[in-house]
Amino acid sequence: MSALVPLLVTLPLIGAAFTLVFGRRRRIQVAVSLSTLTAVMVIAAVLLVVVDSGEPLAVAVGGWPIPFGIVLYVDRLAALLVLVSSVVLLAVLLFSVGQGAADGDEETPVSIFHPSYLILSAGIFNAFIAGDLFNLYVGFEILLVASYVLITLGGTESRIRSGVVYIVVSLVSSILFLAAIAMIYGSLGTVNMAQIAERMGELPQDVQLVLHLMLLLAFSIKAAVFPLSFWLPDSYPTAPAPVTAVFAGLLTKVGVYAMIRTETQLFNDNDVNLLLMIVALATMIVGVLGAVAQAEMKRILSFTLVSHIGYMVFGLAIATPLAIGATIYYMIHHIVVQTTLFLAVGLIERRAGTTSILKLKGLMKAAPVIAVLYFIPAVNLGGLPPFSGFIGKFALFDAAAEVGTPIMIVLIVGGVVTSLLTLYALMRAWNLGFWREDGSEEPEVEARVEYLGDAPAAGVQTERRVIPRVMTAATAGMVVVTVALTVFAGPLYDICARIGDGLLEPVHIVQLDEDAVQTGAGS
Amino acid sequence: MNVSLVLIIVMAVLFACGVYAMLERSLTRVLIGFLLLGNAANLLLLIVMGAPGNAPFFQESTDPSSFSDPLPQALTLTAIVITFAVSAFLLALIYRSWQLGQADTVEDDATDVALRVRTADADEEMDQEITDDDDDATTDFLDAASTPITVLGNRDFSGLRDDAPTDRGRAPRSEPEGDER
Repeated sequence: MSALVPLLVTLPLIGAAFTLVFGRRRRIQVAVSLSTLTAVMVIAAVLLVVVDSGEPLAVAVGGWPIPFGIVLYVDRLAALLVLVSSVVLLAVLLFSVGQGAADGDEETPVSIFHPSYLILSAGIFNAFIAGDLFNLYVGFEILLVASYVLITLGGTESRIRSGVVYIVVSLVSSILFLAAIAMIYGSLGTVNMAQIAERMGELPQDVQLVLHLMLLLAFSIKAAVFPLSFWLPDSYPTAPAPVTAVFAGLLTKVGVYAMIRTETQLFNDNDVNLLLMIVALATMIVGVLGAVAQAEMKRILSFTLVSHIGYMVFGLAIATPLAIGATIYYMIHHIVVQTTLFLAVGLIERRAGTTSILKLKGLMKAAPVIAVLYFIPAVNLGGLPPFSGFIGKFALFDAAAEVGTPIMIVLIVGGVVTSLLTLYALMRAWNLGFWREDGSEEPEVEARVEYLGDAPAAGVQTERRVIPRVMTAATAGMVVVTVALTVFAGPLYDICARIGDGLLEPVHIVQLDEDAVQTGAGS
Repeated sequence: MNVSLVLIIVMAVLFACGVYAMLERSLTRVLIGFLLLGNAANLLLLIVMGAPGNAPFFQESTDPSSFSDPLPQALTLTAIVITFAVSAFLLALIYRSWQLGQADTVEDDATDVALRVRTADADEEMDQEITDDDDDATTDFLDAASTPITVLGNRDFSGLRDDAPTDRGRAPRSEPEGDER
């Protein structure tokens, strides 16, 4: 089974090489990308079944003995996240293939999109299955460099401008991460996560705190945790719709994943939970207030993305097995739902030529399919029962209430307010864009949203375009997945709970156990 | 662990200069700042290697304790390669930015400016502070006459194909058909 593990990273990289070679032949590119990601999805599903029933898999790449070489480590958390992200990546790829087939032609394909996208996937998978900190850094760098290319795709002026912000902020966080790795190596003599966890207890608490905060700072920039979140709503909305969708769903979650590992496994004894709670509350409230003040749907969604990262930080700060499980469930829910919403907004943009809620009108009659595709994930993100957003938030609040300290109560109230404001922001878009009759004059309604007229990009209007069926189908597929998260919430939540239990037990790390280790010749 | 104090001082200076240069508005200086920061981080990796010794795996008979620690060297090499790739990308980005705007500065977000204008009446002092000299910070090549390179748009030169923009239709389609077709 362990032979499958390196394939998660090497397959997309090989696929990227192929798509680069066949840069001018769109059909081959599409076929290679789709089959690569499908293969990864199947492998991830197999691995999830294997590690869920047995022990985690650790593979020493290149045959070096475990603490010295590069280690790929697949436990339940890694396998589950690889599975979910491969599903999301596949759906978004279908969406962009549909879009590309409608807009481009054989002479002007953007030949760089598929290779970059596959390298981005490889980076994401590598970050999830990294067994040592340096490999995690390499995974981050792979996905970041690919994302630099994707966010400036086309090289238009607005994309270059917002891309510069994104790139410079990412560079700073990477340097911080690298410096933190160096400091950890200097104090512990290892970058292997299992060994770090073993030896961390020997360090004095203040040294632990410095290392801990350096890592958290680097990851918080990537995860867009307040006050390090300002780059996100600035840089995401200008990218092409599928790119924004996949960034919103996955890139910030890779940061959250790294934070989960840091909090639960690396620094189990060192406690910064109070800081995390304050930061979580600020992230939730500030993010969602930003969303309420926006008129453009991609910006609204970017701000809700920031605010919902706060829920995950909140779950981490509670730091009970129940809460960690709830955090992981919430993370999966959020990956899927946020991506779906961005795809739905991509459809709206093509159909109506604008994403400003002041200009959108009468979509309910004009495009009933898009209405359904927007409405289901919107109420899901807003946390209405019975959807997975409600289940995830309920589990988080339940775990917090079990601890029951005053600050937990404050955070629960903050979480509920955030949830309601999210629902308000998304439903206001629904009321204005879908339910408002086209051509009707409703001065009362107009007056109520007049203050949004100053919001960024409130008046942008581009041309309307045809929506190919593939795009609608990809979005519909993602909506089905969001509903499936609700329908199969039981088994999924059980897995998340097992992950939560496992992550907080230090003994769980078996990388150094010789029996679990099989040396495989990898990349 | 014995480490050289000089190396530590050099690293600190590199970090400080890097941060300072990255705060500049000119993208080229941001790039220089990033290079300094990257080298500072690499130096930090080398410092944590400890005292230098023999090359590792030099001879079977050599005492392993006389080796210098090989792992930070491997990490540093990887980090150097990554820094190299990223700076190549940054150079391309700077060139594109300069090609588009004749300036390699970090541009103001138009919406940020709009917000500033909106609050200007309320707070005129702030307004004065930001509209003065900052906008002149650009490259030395301010007008087309002194520009060293003629910027080629796809319309200037028939052989140059601009295959960049992705979501622009080949030809404007007549009617939005919607998804119910």
